[in-house]
Amino acid sequence: MSLSVDINHSFGDLAVQVNFQAPSGITALFGKSGSGKTSVINAVAGLLKPKAGRITSQSEVLFDSWAGINVPVHRRRLGYVFQDSRLFPHLSVLGNLNYGKRFAPKGSSGPSLEEVTELLGITPLLDRRPGALSGGEKQRVAIGRALLSHPRMLLMDEPLAALDSARKDEILPFLERLRDSTGLPILYVSHSVAEVARLATTMVVLEHGKVAQAGTTEQVFSDPAMVRQLGLREAGSVLSADVTQHHSDGLTELSVTGGCLFLPQISLPPRAKTRVRILAQDVILSRDLPVGLSALNILSGTVTEIRAGGGPGVVVQLRCGSDFLLARITQRSANALRLAPGLACHAVIKSVSVARHDVGHT
Amino acid sequence: MSDWLGPEEWWALGLSLKVAFWATLLSLPFALLVSHALARWQFPGKQLLNALVHLPLFLPPVVTGYLLLITFGRRAPIGAWLEQTFGLVLAFRWTGAVLAAAIMGFPLMVRAIRMAIEAVDPNLEETAATLGASRFWVFATVTLPLVLPGLIAGAVLGFAKAMGEFGATITFVSNIPGQTQTLPSAIYGFLQVPDGETNALKLVAVSIAVAMAALIASELLARRAAKRVSGR
Repeated sequence: MSLSVDINHSFGDLAVQVNFQAPSGITALFGKSGSGKTSVINAVAGLLKPKAGRITSQSEVLFDSWAGINVPVHRRRLGYVFQDSRLFPHLSVLGNLNYGKRFAPKGSSGPSLEEVTELLGITPLLDRRPGALSGGEKQRVAIGRALLSHPRMLLMDEPLAALDSARKDEILPFLERLRDSTGLPILYVSHSVAEVARLATTMVVLEHGKVAQAGTTEQVFSDPAMVRQLGLREAGSVLSADVTQHHSDGLTELSVTGGCLFLPQISLPPRAKTRVRILAQDVILSRDLPVGLSALNILSGTVTEIRAGGGPGVVVQLRCGSDFLLARITQRSANALRLAPGLACHAVIKSVSVARHDVGHT
Repeated sequence: MSDWLGPEEWWALGLSLKVAFWATLLSLPFALLVSHALARWQFPGKQLLNALVHLPLFLPPVVTGYLLLITFGRRAPIGAWLEQTFGLVLAFRWTGAVLAAAIMGFPLMVRAIRMAIEAVDPNLEETAATLGASRFWVFATVTLPLVLPGLIAGAVLGFAKAMGEFGATITFVSNIPGQTQTLPSAIYGFLQVPDGETNALKLVAVSIAVAMAALIASELLARRAAKRVSGR
């Protein structure tokens, strides 16, 4: 368990009361603005002192109100990447990167300047001044600076929120590489469903200062109760997939535990791992295996849960292989099909909706 | 050229430069500390400190000079202690002129530096702390470089005030040619005697030249510092 947070704090009229664990990988603190995400990450960083609680990182106590422990910010060794980059204007890009290195503890292990500039693609920018960088470049430098301080963990507060979608696409692959190659745990604050679906390994969903749901990204996204949190249009499951092969007709075949999926060609090589997102509103249910249908992607499964909301729709959860899919259909259709838990069912998915690329865009 | 001014006038110019230099140099660290305290710290008596620092700006200079005399005079408690302990005599010495000039310039320095410190984004200081910098290093590596243009502006104001200080100086250290006579006191002296006006005018011209030179130099320095701090 790399980070453990259990805190109570009141912030204006918001009472924050959270308890969660962040294992390695990217743990997303997800929630609407005002749900207390930033208060929590600032408490972890030491920028905000909670009224009560305990925060530990790799078994070292950072904060414990009962034991009277409050490690100062500069000794916590948590690299913090802010939404607005916060590069030092009086230093060049290299100066900013070296600033991170300068205060790294002697003998601490971590990536070198060359490795970091290579990973983030900022080697050509080293002589530039922060004012001469684009938003995306600034954010990459800020990430590099935090990495070079050799932190035990990275904290990121909406690092992409200030960027347009082209700049986001520029950074997302670096964040994926960071997640997959460094093994550094990352606590990632975001209100963007697409970002979280693409990046997070673990999710902690906050609502009004409380943890509404926590678990792996796949679990949280396939929970019918999360539909309201994620928004009707964005709700849907996230599945791990392997690239099987590229077909000559321009489609790529992926395998998921419940079968195979086709989508317009993606750039990953065969056997690469990826994630696909299937929106609940893009799934049609059929009790019989549909024939004579133009849709390519049909997964077979079993109904596991049906959840009605306030409106005319219901959310149906299906198990396909070891994955779960969500489908949003009308109450009327659910009644007509006589859907009930345990019933075998087929999910018809429009192939365009599983493009990996979708995940990068909001 | 050198006989354009008499030896005493040259001496007065030299003393003014010397006094202004030391007054600026010695008060700068204190001004920085006080500005930082006023801009960033919360402590009881903050308003009192603020008022105290600004007092010389609002008091008639002669009052400040007299207060200095009754505090730092050779028979005054602090003055006597300084003389006994360090052998330092301030009243009627050029060192006293440095003290008077420093105190009179202090509020101007603090105002300029405090404004610069308040303009520093506290988020940047916070960021430095998350990267492992202790409070001292945050100040030395982030706050101070960003405050540099304000520091230069404050130093120039302090220097200019010290060059021109008259009321407190003449009250505290008098106007002894060759000992405590600064440029303004020399001008005042010439105006008190018949036929002194030509010499007074010469010194006025010198004052203007020094002021212009200081202003231009500071402008160049401040521009360079501001460019660095802007991030471009």
